[in-house]
Amino acid sequence: MTSLREIVAQGRRIEAHRPWPRVVVTAEGWSAAADELAGGRATLLGLWGESGVPGVVHMAAITEDDNEIAVVSLECPLQTFPSVGALHPPAIRLERAIHSLHGLKPVGAADTRPWLDLGFWDVEFPLGTRLPAANPRPAYDFLPVEGENLHRIPVGPVHAGIIEPGHFRFTCAGETVARLEQRLGYVHKGIDSLMAGATIDRAAKLAARTSGDSTVAYGVAFARAVEAALDIEVPARANYLRALMAELERLANHFGDIGAICNDASFAIMHAHCGVLREQVLRAADACFGHRLMMDRVVPGGVAVDLRADAPAILQAALKIFRQRFPRLVELYDNTASLQDRTVSTGIVRPDYAKQFGAPGYVGRASGRAFDARKAIAYAPYDALDFTVPVLNAGDVNARVWIRIHEVEQSFALIEQIIARLPNGPITTPVDSSNNNGEGLGFAEGFRGDVLAAVRLENGRVAHCHLRDPSWFQWPLLETAIEGNIVADFPLCNKSFNCSYSGHDL
Amino acid sequence: MRQTLFESLTHGPLTEAAPTADDAALAELAKSLEQNARRRLGRSLSIREVDAGSCNGCELEIHALNNAFYDLERFGLHFVASPRHADVLLVTGPVTKNMREALERTYRATPDPKWVVALGDCALDGGIFAGSYAVAGGVADVVPVDLHIRGCPPSPVAILKGLIALLQA
Repeated sequence: MTSLREIVAQGRRIEAHRPWPRVVVTAEGWSAAADELAGGRATLLGLWGESGVPGVVHMAAITEDDNEIAVVSLECPLQTFPSVGALHPPAIRLERAIHSLHGLKPVGAADTRPWLDLGFWDVEFPLGTRLPAANPRPAYDFLPVEGENLHRIPVGPVHAGIIEPGHFRFTCAGETVARLEQRLGYVHKGIDSLMAGATIDRAAKLAARTSGDSTVAYGVAFARAVEAALDIEVPARANYLRALMAELERLANHFGDIGAICNDASFAIMHAHCGVLREQVLRAADACFGHRLMMDRVVPGGVAVDLRADAPAILQAALKIFRQRFPRLVELYDNTASLQDRTVSTGIVRPDYAKQFGAPGYVGRASGRAFDARKAIAYAPYDALDFTVPVLNAGDVNARVWIRIHEVEQSFALIEQIIARLPNGPITTPVDSSNNNGEGLGFAEGFRGDVLAAVRLENGRVAHCHLRDPSWFQWPLLETAIEGNIVADFPLCNKSFNCSYSGHDL
Repeated sequence: MRQTLFESLTHGPLTEAAPTADDAALAELAKSLEQNARRRLGRSLSIREVDAGSCNGCELEIHALNNAFYDLERFGLHFVASPRHADVLLVTGPVTKNMREALERTYRATPDPKWVVALGDCALDGGIFAGSYAVAGGVADVVPVDLHIRGCPPSPVAILKGLIALLQA
């Protein structure tokens, strides 16, 4: 057994990578790192490929005991690498995506079906050595389900509601779901390929449009990665304004989703009232930052706009309304037995799965995983702000709702602290990107969980950028959570996760 | 709950005055619209939303149309669950190659007469994602489009202006 720290010490250190170490390892080192994940001594943060000569696979992980982060990289001259998924199931889809996009093959993997590539592209391995796509493409085999009187329900990619596209294949015994299998990739836009060679400004815009509901989180993660690569510090005021935007984004999404979850249990009044609160957050964001979703307001080097002079008053007025109205909605949620009947004990995520998958955000925190990048990585300004990370153990829809309720309350307090302590000064540090090279890793805790951004800059441009959405480690758990529940509760379970399709499909 | 309900009775509605139809949208529609389509569809439209590859930002603002401030249904506009019930396809995103066939099938499943509204800057021409191996282009590259509503994402008021133009054209 070789610890992650020892693996890092034995590898070839890449000096240009900041702020955490990146090392190039041998196949043995790579497999040892996979063992650390499988043994539960480290948690997978990301697994991605990079094309070149030779192709490279990267694995980001964080140790369980002391939150030490490292990236281990393996060069693949033979276009192969030892499968991580064979030892550690959370890596399976990531590996399938690496193969579909880069043509780098995980040796020993049990599941070799494509992922993200649904057979509609003109080429195979679009990020690697491109090959013309086979015509016709082989059919996709869904996993077999055996038993008497089972029936299948195919759903999507176009769904009944105003939501993103994806395919769900339910196998049911009567009303009860025996297995759900997801097939995703419908909104794959090839963001990795658009990033390669982009200017930093354009890349920041792409990052901000990876998952629109988390545009601030993506903006912060990408900016932090670029700033790490260029070894620059942003002004304190910029960090506080970023946090203010991030908490407004968290509030807007939590308000909207708490209402939408109740709506999926046919309790429309919560939806109506939460929708009003969400709209008021977006209007406050628009008044303060000039965009309802605050898109493109976070830029590498700082933030794009300063607060208007009357912004603190606008935010305090909004908070006053929220503090008045939200507790009553919480009471309504808590005291409506017909609603609780739907959410309690529905869609349980087992705590051991949450730990194994490193389930980000409220999915993890409702199942006993206390990870929050704002605490674990404690990036500025959260290292100087007072807040707690709520954790529950029930793992059901109800627990995920309550985590969000508690996080809303924490965000109120955070916004108040930010307004009170907002430092004066500049809002950007000039980013002199000309002729600069470097590699950076950045994180941000979005409303859904931690977003990872890995960036390599060459001559002031983005040579490579990979963004990992928290949904990668949540989607598979939704498959486990729905098992044994009835089909009619799927929308409720799905909404309580609210995974991103676009962020995952990239 | 009782207190919340009583308050709803005594407080005024949050719903705001309707914006006027967008002039540019009216002009674009005047070119594409047939009079008999107008007559058959009347002043109430059923909308089927299709995300053909968006970042989900547009979906957030479409959702907002249903909140108490914008109250879309007062205009006779409502969202339906199936293209077979729809008069209007409201399409977002650059059309990804992975969604092209699904969009074409959704279009064919929508009965005539029908309109297609392309929503957001990506739906216009692929936007920031244009040129990727995985993107087919804007919505008009895949199905005929009657109206474009621009923005990244367009605000609920901008979307309302465009949709009201549909009713008035």
